[in-house]
Amino acid sequence: MSKHHVTATINGEPTEFLCETSQSLLDVLRDELELTGSKEGCTSGDCGACSVMLDGRLVCSCLVLGVEASGRTVDTIEGMAQGADLHPLQRHFLEGAALQCGICTPGFLIAARALLERTPDPTETEIRYWLAGNLCRCTGYDKIVRAVMDAAAEMRGAR
Amino acid sequence: MKAQQYEAPDSIDKAVALLAAAKGQARVLAGGTDLLIQMRVGRLSADTIVDIKCIAELRKISREDGGFKIGAAVSGAEADEHAELVAHWPGVVEGWELIGSTQIQGRATLAGNLCNASPAADGVPALIAAGAQVTIVGPNGSRKVPVEAIPTGPGRNSLAKGEFVTYFHLPKRPPHSSDAYLRLIPRTEMDIAVVGCAVNLTLDAGGTCTAASVALGAVAPTVVKVPDGAKALIGTKLDAAALDKLAAAASAACKPIDDKRGTVVYRTKIAGVLARRAALIAYERARKRA
Amino acid sequence: MTAERKEFRWIGKRPVRPDGVDKVTGRAQFSADFNMPGQLIGKVLRSPHAHARIKSIDTSKAKALAGVKAVITGADFPSLPDEWVGAGRVEGNFKYFSENIIARDKVLYEGHTVAAVAAVSAAIAEEALSLIKVDYEVLPHVIDPVEAMAPDAPLLHEKMITRGMKTPPTKPSNVAKWAEFLMGDPVEGFKKADVIVERSYTTKAVHQGYIEPHAVAASTSADGQTVVWCSSQGQYQVRTWVSKIVGLPLSSIRVIPAEIGGGFGGKLIPYLEPLAVRMSRLTNRPVKITMSREDVFRATGPTSGAAMKIKVGATKDGKIVAAEGEFIFQAGAYPGSPFMNGLMCSFAPYAIPNVRTWGYDVVTNRPKAAAYRAPGSPIAAYAVESALDELAKKLNIHPVDLRLKNAIVEGTPSYFGPKFGSVGFVETLEALKKHPNYNIPLGPNQGRGFASGFWFNGGGESCATVNINDDGTASVIEGNPDIGGSRASMAIMAAEVLGIDYDKVRPIVGDTASLGFNHVTGGSRVTFATGMAVVRAAEDAVREMKERAAMLWDISPDAVTWEDGFARPAGDNAGKHEPLSLKQIAGQAAKTGGPICGHASLNAQAPGPGLGSHMVDVEVDPETGHVKILRYTASQDVGRAIHPSYVEGQMQGGVAQGIGWALNEEYIYDKNGRLENPGFLDYRMPVCSDLPFIDTIMIEKPVPSHPFGVRGVGEVPIVPPMAAVANAIHSAIGKRLTSLPMSPPKVRAAIDGDA
Repeated sequence: MSKHHVTATINGEPTEFLCETSQSLLDVLRDELELTGSKEGCTSGDCGACSVMLDGRLVCSCLVLGVEASGRTVDTIEGMAQGADLHPLQRHFLEGAALQCGICTPGFLIAARALLERTPDPTETEIRYWLAGNLCRCTGYDKIVRAVMDAAAEMRGAR
Repeated sequence: MKAQQYEAPDSIDKAVALLAAAKGQARVLAGGTDLLIQMRVGRLSADTIVDIKCIAELRKISREDGGFKIGAAVSGAEADEHAELVAHWPGVVEGWELIGSTQIQGRATLAGNLCNASPAADGVPALIAAGAQVTIVGPNGSRKVPVEAIPTGPGRNSLAKGEFVTYFHLPKRPPHSSDAYLRLIPRTEMDIAVVGCAVNLTLDAGGTCTAASVALGAVAPTVVKVPDGAKALIGTKLDAAALDKLAAAASAACKPIDDKRGTVVYRTKIAGVLARRAALIAYERARKRA
Repeated sequence: MTAERKEFRWIGKRPVRPDGVDKVTGRAQFSADFNMPGQLIGKVLRSPHAHARIKSIDTSKAKALAGVKAVITGADFPSLPDEWVGAGRVEGNFKYFSENIIARDKVLYEGHTVAAVAAVSAAIAEEALSLIKVDYEVLPHVIDPVEAMAPDAPLLHEKMITRGMKTPPTKPSNVAKWAEFLMGDPVEGFKKADVIVERSYTTKAVHQGYIEPHAVAASTSADGQTVVWCSSQGQYQVRTWVSKIVGLPLSSIRVIPAEIGGGFGGKLIPYLEPLAVRMSRLTNRPVKITMSREDVFRATGPTSGAAMKIKVGATKDGKIVAAEGEFIFQAGAYPGSPFMNGLMCSFAPYAIPNVRTWGYDVVTNRPKAAAYRAPGSPIAAYAVESALDELAKKLNIHPVDLRLKNAIVEGTPSYFGPKFGSVGFVETLEALKKHPNYNIPLGPNQGRGFASGFWFNGGGESCATVNINDDGTASVIEGNPDIGGSRASMAIMAAEVLGIDYDKVRPIVGDTASLGFNHVTGGSRVTFATGMAVVRAAEDAVREMKERAAMLWDISPDAVTWEDGFARPAGDNAGKHEPLSLKQIAGQAAKTGGPICGHASLNAQAPGPGLGSHMVDVEVDPETGHVKILRYTASQDVGRAIHPSYVEGQMQGGVAQGIGWALNEEYIYDKNGRLENPGFLDYRMPVCSDLPFIDTIMIEKPVPSHPFGVRGVGEVPIVPPMAAVANAIHSAIGKRLTSLPMSPPKVRAAIDGDA
């Protein structure tokens, strides 16, 4: 069977690609579009390193077929900063040392942004449960949760 | 993972026709959070994938005869955002919401959770306790069956070739009724249930239980209903004696196995613990719901 | 949080890490992010059996498949001599390393590599794997180390004779090595004890659990020069291994370090690199291999599970007079568990006159154990620190006070080597007592536990270059992969010495050709040893700049001082000269002798040992056995916190891993010796909602051998948590759990008295 010709909006840009049915959206992003910011940690939806937004909904791109992106919008870590202007979450992750090795960081940032878009003033518990699908093995999550809280406060204009 | 053909029909009829015409193994793709993993590890194969998420009517939650009709392609996140559904069937929604992470919730459907037929499926016990039904369509038309008729054993379901689930039907709620689902997992998130328990209760105006249903997950090849436990609650205000009877009945209803997620002894004990706790939550909710 | 000291301009501050922006924008390239034109995809065939003899391998059909460019088996690699290199607790044997990377006559665990292919696509490579026919004779297997020691246990290595015994045994066994440490006379010592605690403990194998699976790309040109791109805890280590295992001169291999997505010891050794290099040399094309998560669990890591017996005795006043410990560690398929570390670290925090520890390195049909954060020490500490808690309760002494009464101080003799140098153990305990968490009242089913831990910390070979650029900035080249913010520490130390702004210093991690040898990123050595090299290299650049200033001023270099980034005349005798900034000197470098490059190469000695003390509050659900961590306080002697945020991060991360080890993580095998939980779903690492904030107390007791007093901080934090949690559970429910993990079924069974 021939490859699918897919048109999607990726990080705001009209994008075309070819893919096999069996390729996941993560495979397409990484291997076809060279958007390697989304990471592959497990391919079973258990680590969240491949988190992206699909039509505004947080998903694991390893559990979406590439062909399913047809006609839809996909937002990845590569689209989070506007040029040199980092998103407040990105800035607070840096300032708060919320990353050590950094492999889980793109997934956490995408997931945290999805949370703050929906819940501008999350409690610590809300943050922890929302991010439970993103594994980090380096930080013990402490500085990640704090960075999300700090970014949320800034975005609310509370500081 | 080998899958050759991908179809995304925009109507139920087209999906039925595609499944009927498919050569080799055809699979329905809803949320994909089980299917894609199982295909990747080689547990399932598919020559054709029929994605039902482009069928608009299957992505809706609507009112029906005072109850609810939930399309098979609705995700957990969408259900959670449906305030009416959450108000009426908090136990059903909380079971569904416990399936995987926030990311999984963005995709996972009740239909997939049901048809995947894991004994530990978090979405299923509350549906069974609710007396929910499903509509199935296939080459021979459509039929409506109780939810518990679908899973027949671990990884097996009763759907015939070319059939798939289109809707869940949750009945109309009487006043003072509600439900709850609890599960035991070793962590706080991201695990498969070691035991799951749903309780659905109806009370009279004075708070006495008039109807009850109790269902346990992960303690047998399919979800187990606990009629003796339900009986123990009816006519009571869930006093200690009634709850003790419920817990004993729940433990007695278990036919679990030892596996990497739990032991027979532990599962049996926990079934009683969760039944008691879920019943109390459902009771509090029912009392508050006019 | 550490108070910022006036004497430092950058040390102790918390600037943004140099590699940070790339890591929050998705630009940073980890190993699997690298692709080369014309690249082949490699796939690995792994054993489905725990133990089997390979009777034959038929690769002909795989080789004949269109698109397959190489198929390799063990026969494509040289046989290496059975010889041990390196000293004592860190020795290694390349015969075993090589056979672990690709099996020869036998497969010794499920997941053991049998063959590999390189093809033009992943799909073709997968298909080729299915065409390789391996004829196995399945053999009986053994998973548990104690069972593996039984006389009738199946032998993994039919000729293996236990090493380390005074009288070597005549019969082969699965015990690869025996070792013992003795000080004083424990038999006599126990006679003086008023109270003795004697108990057995077990732990399960646990995985490092880094989120980035192993991956490599290797490319070989027609002249035989090979470039390897991979993430590891040491590009030089990868080069050494590839050289030995493939059989190539070091000069023909260049290893370029990718960003590393976590290692914790598990990426100290390569798995895929020799395979990729071998296939790239056969094809003269780039070959990329990536592990799946299942491969990672089945074939890499984990650390040992263990069975231990501990005996400690004390007098009524709480003075420990004797201690003994037996430690049986499973090595996995090949010798080399960290049991000797266990023997040494177990009682290391305490001044005990009579100590004997002994242990066994036992091979089992599991993946070969790899280093995991303070390898061996957390396992031993779980047993010893649990026993001490029991001892404290029997003596009716607070567990912190018991530790204080017996804590090592500078000059205390160790039972395994020289006296301890600078140690801040007492301070970690006293800090816990002063922390507000120490006095928070506990509710029903809640308990508070304490434990301490020790790690040697490492030094070793490092070199670094500091290049002064003509615009007044500096480039630092170091040779250790940055696994958790070390570039920031290097830049801080260089900026401090050079006297310029942190932002003007740009550190990079060089490849194996850009610097001399550097030992691995491991053993908590990098900020200490490589930091020392960076400091010395920066000082070398300063010396050079002073000479250049002296030349411009026409005075003796001895008459020039360096302060805050300026060369100044040392005093009035040196003459009146306007100070020259680093930028001014660098701008005139061409006139004064050429580029200014500081360099240092050293073998750092006398690292300060790491000690930490932890306090944890738990709440146990008495009906389900579920343990909730309510609050956690980690106190540690950190020497000098160069970048305090990353020191705290090491402490918090180690604690989180320790909590996972304590509560839920374990390798689970079925009766056929197959791993039942090779994924993040059932290998249950802590998720965000499992943990509270983790409070840290950094005690700064500078290490004299380091110019800024740096002490390794990365490993100690994982040592105390398992015992601390066990002790807290005991305090909550009155039952002592002596086997890890303390998962809900075990806790409930303990409550019910079933176990």
